[in-house]
Amino acid sequence: MRRFLADARLVAAKDLRIEARSRVVLNQVAPFALLVLVLFGFALDADQRTLRAFAPGLFWVAVLLCALLAVQRSVSVEQADGALTGLRLSGISPAALFIGKAAAVFVQLVVLEVLLTAGIIVLYGSEIEQPLLVVATGLLAAVAVACTGTLYGALASGLGVRETLLPILLLPVLAPVLIGATRAFDDALGNAAVDGWAWLGLLAVFAVVATAGGALAHGALVEE
Amino acid sequence: MTQAIASPDVSTGSRGSRVLGVATLLGLATLLLFAFGPTEPDIRLHPTTGEEIGQFDAVRLLYLHVPLAVLMYVAFVLCAVASAGYLIRRTPWFDTMAHAAAEVGTVFCGLVLVTGSIWGRPVWNTWWEWGDVRLMTTLVLFLMFTGYLALRRATVDPRTAALRGAIVALVAVLDLPLVNRSVEWWENRTLHQKSTLEELKIQDLTLFTLMLGFLVFGLVLTWLLLHRFRVGWLEREDAEHGIASAIAERRAAIDEGDVDAAVGEGT
Repeated sequence: MRRFLADARLVAAKDLRIEARSRVVLNQVAPFALLVLVLFGFALDADQRTLRAFAPGLFWVAVLLCALLAVQRSVSVEQADGALTGLRLSGISPAALFIGKAAAVFVQLVVLEVLLTAGIIVLYGSEIEQPLLVVATGLLAAVAVACTGTLYGALASGLGVRETLLPILLLPVLAPVLIGATRAFDDALGNAAVDGWAWLGLLAVFAVVATAGGALAHGALVEE
Repeated sequence: MTQAIASPDVSTGSRGSRVLGVATLLGLATLLLFAFGPTEPDIRLHPTTGEEIGQFDAVRLLYLHVPLAVLMYVAFVLCAVASAGYLIRRTPWFDTMAHAAAEVGTVFCGLVLVTGSIWGRPVWNTWWEWGDVRLMTTLVLFLMFTGYLALRRATVDPRTAALRGAIVALVAVLDLPLVNRSVEWWENRTLHQKSTLEELKIQDLTLFTLMLGFLVFGLVLTWLLLHRFRVGWLEREDAEHGIASAIAERRAAIDEGDVDAAVGEGT
């Protein structure tokens, strides 16, 4: 188990080091996230009341769009120079490899979520009424999206049409996460009288299933 | 098997499937006859005003929509079972069956959405109802299996396609309860009748026609599955046959001492 965690940490650290040096997510995906928020503003006629009412949904749609880019990036670093073959030969178990890759995506998603939260506060005038619920929802949804995304990234990898295939495979599966996280944010931002904590339970179930299922399925995928 | 491919008159039909096909066509004709002929439109009298209410002729979509929806689930469950079977046994039979079931299931799913939408317009006064649990779950299911078919189409190596397809199909089926739950919590309402069989106070003839619908569309599903499976099987045989004949060609070239042809140069 210690070996497993150490291996996963190694893989995650590798991906994050690549990101720290290439700054693709920071220099390209983060501005894209803000751009999406601005585009929603244009599309909804810059009416701050409307924007505030729909902020939770717009926030999570922006997160999903950014997650697509982060997952694409996470897959493409393994495609270059046969890096994935190297990783397979290194003796790291497929499950640890999966957890490591997903953890790196998770960290990037959390950074993007912090940025987007600042974005909806400044641009849409949202107010955080339950900070704990916001943090818990952000973390659990990030786990769910990162694990599902990493699995589907692996499923679509090595195909010429990965960029176009990944969204159609991944987004329908993430529908419960989008609904759950949006409703939890509705509660946390004081937009609607719903029980955000119950929705958090749904997100937790999804996150657990995605982590365990992803680690299992990744084993079968890597051995091919 | 390889000889069957080489012969020009190879087909996915057999005597059994032809009989099944004729039975299906006759069944469809009978179903149409019953659906538009002797069955009554849904007209009830309002208890106080005495006005005519009900679904009128729109209720005839029952005989199409409900059997399609039930058999769509049968096809997707079959796909999930075959996918699990592939992951355990790793034989082409399971993979070909999963692919065939997914493809036919997706067609049925699309038809369920279209017929439901057409039915919803006169009865619910809307083509589409956001927040209806069954509607949203079916739509997400349709989108997930569209992705599945896209993945199968995009993957060249049959073993990769089989493995990845099996995982995607299983994830789609496992995700479905979560989608269902989330939509139910989200809006907590449905326009669908709890059980059509009770609500409509179905008379004998209507019930008979509905059961006939199940039977006929069951035949349609079986016929489509049979042929799609055989097409998939022939495709696989064809690919293997291509490789086998290429190897045989190279072997023959070596026997003749033509090394250039054997290593693939100058050809």
